[in-house]
Amino acid sequence: MSDTYTLYNPTVMDHFMNPRNMGDLKDADGIGEVGAAACGDIMKISLKIKDGKIEDARFKTFGCGSAIASSSMATELIKGRTIEEAMSFSNQEVVSALGGLPPVKIHCSVLAEEALKAALEDYVKRHPELAERVAAAEPALA
Amino acid sequence: MRQVYLDHQSATPLLPEAFEAMRPYFTEFYGNASSLHQHGLRVRDALKKARQQMAALINAESEEEIFFTSDGTESSNLAIKGVAYANERKGKHLVISATEHPSVVNSVEFLEKQGWTCTRVPVDPEGRVDLKALEAALTPQTVLVALHHVNHDIGTIQPVVEAGRICAKAGIPLYVDCEASAGWLPIDVRQFGAALVSFSPHRFYGPKGVGVLYRNKRARIVSILHGGVQEGGRRAGTENIPAIVGAGVAAEVALSTLNERRAHVAVLQERLWKGLSTRIPYIKLNGPVPGPDRSPLNINISTEFIEGEGQLLLCDMNGIAVASGSSCVSKSLKISHVLSAIGLDHALAQGNLILTLGKDNMAEDMDYTVETFVRIVEKLRGMSPMWDEFERGVIDSVIAPRGIGKSFSEHAAAVSGKAAH
Repeated sequence: MSDTYTLYNPTVMDHFMNPRNMGDLKDADGIGEVGAAACGDIMKISLKIKDGKIEDARFKTFGCGSAIASSSMATELIKGRTIEEAMSFSNQEVVSALGGLPPVKIHCSVLAEEALKAALEDYVKRHPELAERVAAAEPALA
Repeated sequence: MRQVYLDHQSATPLLPEAFEAMRPYFTEFYGNASSLHQHGLRVRDALKKARQQMAALINAESEEEIFFTSDGTESSNLAIKGVAYANERKGKHLVISATEHPSVVNSVEFLEKQGWTCTRVPVDPEGRVDLKALEAALTPQTVLVALHHVNHDIGTIQPVVEAGRICAKAGIPLYVDCEASAGWLPIDVRQFGAALVSFSPHRFYGPKGVGVLYRNKRARIVSILHGGVQEGGRRAGTENIPAIVGAGVAAEVALSTLNERRAHVAVLQERLWKGLSTRIPYIKLNGPVPGPDRSPLNINISTEFIEGEGQLLLCDMNGIAVASGSSCVSKSLKISHVLSAIGLDHALAQGNLILTLGKDNMAEDMDYTVETFVRIVEKLRGMSPMWDEFERGVIDSVIAPRGIGKSFSEHAAAVSGKAAH
């Protein structure tokens, strides 16, 4: 319908209405759940990791349209990346892939980045042998 | 797709008869009411008629007690700042309830920066103002008490008559914001004992761009807009004649159909809340139960484990127009201050939705809304980590606690590092 107005751009609306990778992963290798103190939104990302690569990702989000769209897009972007690559993942990637977010909603994409990094952190915790490799990629996490 | 408009608190469609009455005042009777010739005198007459229609709606003694402003925000700014400045020598203390409209709250905050002080009177969990605390807040320096008639957010009807008695006893003017009630509930400024009353015709099928402020002749007020001597010198600026004419018609129709409109929406309100509360588990009505303590227009709900903006967007994509007090819909990322004032849990405030009914809504609209909302809640709960954690017993429900797991807020604070405000 061409005369429908939307709060967000078509890409964001699409990811909100038809979220990709929604759900949980059975036997996830890393799970991250984070909350935004600013607004109260909560995001959870689960990862399946094999041979140092993210094979699969799922999300669950308690939050607004842009929070749901951000987590949907983040899980799309992250699949297939190595842990090292994923460690340098930035919320800016989510914002650009979504074709932009309103300024007041940028923090939703930050939440997606934080949820992903929390999931990676969880994975590293379970695999202490990787700590050094990961620390080199992302000193902040060490 | 069925279109269901449930945001009458924000705007209503203009009555066709009001539109017709306005039309000639754009092109034919375009005179300025301050002019002394035929063009001016003609619109002056129209202005007087509209003033009488407004006076009748609120049972004011005379149309001379009616001022036209540009909207509700200007009316409350004029009521608060106008009275405060006029009575500066008597004192610089104001009293308002904790759940006033932002136009009241922010006018008061503006004055506080200039040396006024204000006592905010708490409300009970249903939003009703504490009259004892209100009375106790009055001091010899108090120059104004502001209390709304109906809460804009949760529909609570305030005990304005009782507040009026308290204020009269203390000799302090009472300003009653009737923005959420005018045109729907009977308003009698004399019974209220109100010195000032404001309302906006666009809430009852009049046009936007005009607001009304009633001022009892005994209440001292000074202008906050400086210019010509329009509106008895209390509000400078050329009157918006077409809007005022349309507003007059809307007020007259509202007065003559008040009872049937009220009865119509009350039936729909019952049906809507009954449908929602029986079909959706873990849902809460904020404010009093439908009945004499609640506006018949308003349904304010919190659906647990899901957030309000997502609900609003999915409602909109299904043709249902609603509002929300969730932090995600506000530019400040703060939940509605009304929901904070009634002590609503932050997680429930996040899942807030506001539905306001109108005369053109039908029973089928309520049923469609309930059916659609059931699906929306299912979809969003399916996406929510909180719902999953609730089902697994990690967190508990605020609405119907099972005694298993920690509270949502505790959990949210744990995963975010600190408590949400």
